[in-house]
Parts: sequence; structure tokens; C-alpha cells
Amino acid sequence: VCIHHVRSCSSIRSIRFIKSKYVCVFDKSALKFSHQQRLFRTSAVSCGQIVQFKLSDIGEGITEVTVKEWYIKEGDSVSQFDSICEVQSDKASVTITSRYDGIIRKLHYSIDDIAFVGKPLVDIEIDASKGVAPEEDVVETPPMSHDEHTHQEIKGHKTLATPAVRRLAMENNIKLSEVVGTGKDNRILKEDILNYLAKQTGAILPPSPKAEIVPPLRKTEAVPAAPKDKARKIPVPVSRPIAFSGKDKTEPVTGFQKAMVKTMSAALKIPHFGYCDEIDLTQLVQLREELKPLAEIRGVKLSFMPFFIKAASLGLLQYPILNASLDENCQNVTYKASHNIGVAMDTEQGLIVPNVKNVQVCSVFDIAVELNRLQSLGSAGQLGTSDLTGGTFTLSNIGTIGGTYAKPVILPPEVAIGALGKIQVLPRFNGKGEVYKAQIMNVSWSADHRIIDGATMARFSNLWKSYLENPASMLLDLK
Amino acid sequence: MVLQSFKNCLWLSCVLRTPKACFWSTASGGLIIQSVSNDVYQNLAVEDWIHDHMDLEKKQVLFLWRNSPAVVIGRHQNPWQECNLRLLRQKNIKLARRRSGGGTVYHDLGNINLTFFTTRKKYERMENLKLVVKGLKALRPQLDVHVTDRYDILLDGQYKISGTAAKLGRTSAYHHCTLLCNADKFVLSSVLKSPYKGLKSNATPSVPASVKNLFEEDPTLTYEMLLDAIAKEYAMQHQVDHRITLINPADETLFPGISNKTKELQTWEWVYGKTPKFSVSTCLNMAYKDSVLDVKVNMDVKHGKIEACNIDLPEQWLPPGLYSELVKSLTGSKFCPNETTTLVTTLLRVCPQDDELHGRWSLLCENVIRLM
Repeated sequence: VCIHHVRSCSSIRSIRFIKSKYVCVFDKSALKFSHQQRLFRTSAVSCGQIVQFKLSDIGEGITEVTVKEWYIKEGDSVSQFDSICEVQSDKASVTITSRYDGIIRKLHYSIDDIAFVGKPLVDIEIDASKGVAPEEDVVETPPMSHDEHTHQEIKGHKTLATPAVRRLAMENNIKLSEVVGTGKDNRILKEDILNYLAKQTGAILPPSPKAEIVPPLRKTEAVPAAPKDKARKIPVPVSRPIAFSGKDKTEPVTGFQKAMVKTMSAALKIPHFGYCDEIDLTQLVQLREELKPLAEIRGVKLSFMPFFIKAASLGLLQYPILNASLDENCQNVTYKASHNIGVAMDTEQGLIVPNVKNVQVCSVFDIAVELNRLQSLGSAGQLGTSDLTGGTFTLSNIGTIGGTYAKPVILPPEVAIGALGKIQVLPRFNGKGEVYKAQIMNVSWSADHRIIDGATMARFSNLWKSYLENPASMLLDLK
Repeated sequence: MVLQSFKNCLWLSCVLRTPKACFWSTASGGLIIQSVSNDVYQNLAVEDWIHDHMDLEKKQVLFLWRNSPAVVIGRHQNPWQECNLRLLRQKNIKLARRRSGGGTVYHDLGNINLTFFTTRKKYERMENLKLVVKGLKALRPQLDVHVTDRYDILLDGQYKISGTAAKLGRTSAYHHCTLLCNADKFVLSSVLKSPYKGLKSNATPSVPASVKNLFEEDPTLTYEMLLDAIAKEYAMQHQVDHRITLINPADETLFPGISNKTKELQTWEWVYGKTPKFSVSTCLNMAYKDSVLDVKVNMDVKHGKIEACNIDLPEQWLPPGLYSELVKSLTGSKFCPNETTTLVTTLLRVCPQDDELHGRWSLLCENVIRLM
């Protein structure tokens, strides 16, 4: 909608129409009343006047500035004190705020244009019936004095509220001093009046079109400047809670999420089967306690993962099909020579899976060193492409966050994945039939059923389990 | 230096809650505060908080602060143009975007920051800088320091020891400036040199200058002496108490709502996303097998995200399907090495498993990522 300066009444009726159409998207009750009052009045008094909001004095004798960012666009509604744009002049960044309530009809500059002090910045269509007198010579009156008009001295306090809000309070016999302001500088907003009323009368309020409190850097959400004088009548009280005025937010799927969509859609094509088991880590817990200080002396943090990873690699030596890849047409299976074991990491952005290369020739300590490196790079957001590619098998330690059993999704082009639950202390029976305190962890495997069968998965899991339940047995098969 | 304890500054919490009349009756016209934190985001958040919440009609504020290593860009600047982001990431130097205009500066503990808060009417940068110079000269009369008409302070007529920026709001304004005492000039010059080529934008450019540290000129100076001298001068000119009050930017009771401001200053959307629209037009020289490929790359970046991108590869170097996947994934994603790395490595999972192909893909992607 492109609206130029219009002063004659006949054309104004057409503006009314467009404005009403705009209003009805958000607030039907306001529409009814505004429609009634507008269409039949022909006097100039009710016509919305287009006011040229001029760029006010910046100080220090500055006459021109560069427009750097617009916070609003043509057609948006603004309230008094809302931020309109950001301009810059000689190392000073200035936030220009609106003097009026109204609708933005024209932006006089584009980004990077030079704007002049005293010349029009934007055209705002204001509702004359609201009683905000536009000031003729904007340059001489700095914004400060306009504040004084709108301040109400109540008990020595200065209460900030726009004229529209004041009117609403007046109509409903509310003392502004009794209302808690939630806006900037403790300003009282329309929502505050409505909430106050709702508390008094227990009434339902029509959902407010502006759900959030407007911060200084405002996103462009169009809010109608619906006339509040005759339009608002609080509905009859009904015993229902105050209407929730949150809004759905739709965003495009980009970047990282897009990548996840692609991978998971491809993963879905793989026929998964699951296999779960319980591992008694009592001995491993003890072993790690002994080895932790040794690793620390060498400057390395030793968690359980290096053991899990090494045990997995030893298992893969016996069951290499779990370290393979099936081609697109399911014609060939490639048995990968390297055991590049991926470790799922949770970062701010989401799931990333760097891998430890060639675990088959690494010691548990080597793996710990590499894990430390990957973890610190991961949290700093500095993992390289080589760290994130080439994985052949993945372990996901979801237990650090929580949970016991899971149903992990295989990451193509791999064919198997294991999810490790948290370690819990549980009662178990030992060989003598006595109950003892056991450190139990659950593992959930998923594998590609096209080339892997249940028996293979089960045997691999049993082998992996035996290495971890009896860590000394790893020594026999270590390469 | 006499410092009041935190408890004495509970009055700051009164600013929002109690009627201003009762509090301001004891107003003395001005206040000098110093941050106990060296976190650039927390300190910038203090500036935001005072700008947004304090009534500066009756009380002006001078805020003193220092930061651990950080690069601070102006409101409308382009970080890729202004500094070596790769080096920043390697050295763990923070990047912050302030709300005031102006150019890029390097902060470390050898740099003092001064912020002068006033009402918009009383905004006067020259006066503030003259105050600083007066304070310095009162401390060391032989110091050759003066203010230029670009709002810089020069030492010995040629070395910049202070740069200025300002922010004006509806009712209040602030002017802040740096003061180089003992900053690491080597790190300063290396981080403020951008390696990125082919950037075209209307972002505010910085004007490089030769710098010198005050402590180099006079090794007997200390931070305390400088802060006291400036505080004394401020106190004299504004007729206020010269004592400096320590404040903790993490204290929510003192600055209600400040943690949100601190968080916002650290978001990617603020630091990188507020970069004015720019384009990258450059040529990658990729060494592949026995030859060097010249690959032209063009990208348009808006709000820090890739709006459009085009990579001129030799025909069939990459399967066309894969190339269009790459372009599609890059479009709309952040102009950020981490995000791009994650994207391209994930995409590799759903390509045909071919070593040659993977090699080319990795080579291309690594080169593209280097642009960020």
C-alpha cells in the first residue's frame, strides 16, 4: 500500500478503508466500532492527519547524519517513544524515537542515505481524535519538553504513559498511580491497564494484539493503532482464566538444522533393529579411579569413554561388518580398515559427531588425549572438517545428560551405533549369591538390518561387555 | 584512593523502585563508579543499563572500567573488515559489538575505559575530553597531550592514546573513550588487521592510527593514579564527591535486568547479525593434484547470513547435484566457519562414498570456510 500526502476528505475515506482492513486482522472488536464511527463522518476533525516527523537536533552543531538501520517499515504502527531508526554521525550512534502514536506512511531515506536535521525523516499518520497535537516546528522543540506534557504528577511521582493509555485509564476510572508499569522507564502500557482491570473485574479481555512488551530494538510486528475511546468495552465477566495471548513463531529451517534434516531423512531409509543390554562396570569404575591421577599427571582428563571406545574397536576387529558401509544401491559392502569411532557431542547448536581416527592403533591414553582435544575444540566451536568426517562407527554417551535405554539413529554411511545410558548404582547378585553394590550402565545398539543380523550384533555386544566388565581381559587382545 | 564498599551503593537499587523525589533530595549532582569486572560484555551491559534506567537529570555519572583481552567494534561496523577473526578465535580473544558508533578498538587490562553519562541536552564530548587532558596534566604537567577535532587524544602530537565513541537515546546520552596505559601493542596491531579480501560494504570503516602507551612515556604512572586524577578532575568540575564507588555488573539487585542485557550482547545475532549488508567477491586458489584451480566465489551476506552465493567451479569438478546441494545449504545459513563446517561435513554423509569426491569436497569447503 503506497499512500502519499493526502489532505482532502474524500480521499481520506479511502484511507480509512485500508486502515480498517488492516485493523481487522488483529482486533475485530475495534473494527466494528471504528467502522461505524468513521464511515459516516465527513468532517475533517476525525480524519487521520499525516504529520512529517522531522529529524530533531542531535547536538554539537551537527546538521547531517547517516541512516544506518530502520526499526520499522512503511505500514507499521508505532507508539510514542518507540524506536524508529538508528543514525550515525561522527562516531555517535543515535536512536531516534517516535513522538507520536500512529502508522508509518513514508520513510524519507534508505539505509546509508544522508539525513538532514530539521528535514522530514518519516511521515506518520496520527489519529487527531487522540489529542496529540503535532508540533509545527520540530527543530526548536527538543524531545525532552514533550515528555513534560505527558507526565502526570501524582503524589510526587512522574508516571509515564501515552495519551492513548491515559484515556483508557480515565474511561475505566483507574488511577495511574495504582497501576504497575512494565514498559521502558516504568512506562504504563495498555497491557498493564488491561491486566489491572482483569484483576478487578475478573473479566476476560480480548486477546491483546501486542503480546510482548516492546523492547527498544523492536521487531517489525504490525500493531494497529485502534482508537480506544469508543471502541473498547470490557466484556461481561465469565469464569474463565485470562486469555493467553502468546503467538506462534515460524522460522525457516536453516543452517545446522537443515543439515540434520538431510542426515536424518537419509537415516530413515536404513532398516534399524535394536539390541540392548546391561553392563556391570564395577571393576571398570575402580580401575578408572586408579588411573585418573596418572593421566592427570600427564595433563589429560580420563573419563570412561576412552575405555568404551577401545573396547568397541577390539570388538570390531572380531566383527568387522559393523565397521562397514553399504553403497547406495545396496550392491557392495565396503569393510573399512580404519576404526574411526565417532563420539556424539552436544553443543549449543546441537548434535555434532567428531571422530577419533584409527582407534585400532591407539592406546586408551591416546584416545583420552584425542578426546580432550576434540572436546575443547567442540565447545569453542572450532572443529575442523577432518575431525567431523570419515567416521565408521559411533558411540553416543547420552547418559551424561540422563536416561538409561535409548533408540539411537544410525548416522549414514555407517551401519551401527551405540547409545550409553547413565551409570547407576544398583543392587545385584554376585557369584556367591550375595547382594552387592553394582555400577550398572545400559547400552542400546542400533544396526542396519540389511547387512547385519541380530546374532552378530548380540555377539559383538557380548564381547564388548566382557571387556568392560573384566578390564583385565582387554590386555589379552590389545594390539 | 578511598573506595566505598558495595553496601553503600544499595542506593543504586533505589533508582527504579522508590519515588525519585525522596532519593534525589540527597543528590549531589554526580557519581563516579568503577567496575570490579573485567568482562567486556558485563561492562557494556552496565552502560546499557545506566543509559536505559537512570534518571540523569539530577545526577551525572562517570564510569571507569577495564576489560580482559577483547576487540570491540562499533555499532555499525563489519567484524570481518575490522579484525582478524581467525586470530581472535585462536587466541581466545572476545569479540563484542558496542551500541555506540565509531571504530574498532582493542581492549586489554592495559587500557582504561571512561564513560560519561549525561542527559541528552548536556551531551558534550569536547568538554569531557578536555577534562581528561586536564586531569592528566594535573598529574604530570610535562605530559604533551591534547585533544584533536576528531575527538582523539594525542601524545607528543602524534600518538593516539584515546579514541572516542558516543550513543544518544531519547533522553540520555553517553560518551566513552579509551585511554592506553600499558596495552599489548603487538597483539593490538595483529588482531586489528583483517586478512579477509574482497569485502564490499558500507559499514563504518576504522581509521588506523599509531598508538603509544602512557606508561611508556612515564613509567612511574599507575592505573590508580590515573583513575584518581581523572576522578578528581570530574569531581571538581561537577562539584561532586571524588570518591570512587565500586560496582559489580553481575549484581541483579543493584542493576535489575542486567543479566539479560549481558546475554544479549553475547548473542551471535547481536555481534555478527547486526553487520550491515555486505558482499564477498574473491578468488580461491586451490592446489589440487598437480595444478592450481582458480575458483571465483561471490557471496551476499545480510544480517550475518548468506543471502546468495555462487562458486565458479570447473565443469563436472563436483557432480552438479552435489554442487546445488552445497549452494542450497549455504543459502540462509550463518556466515560462520563453525556452522559451515557442520553443514558441509553433514552433507558429506549423504553423498556417494568416493574418496576422490570426498577429497575435492573437503578441499573446496575448507577454502570456503577460510573466507569466514
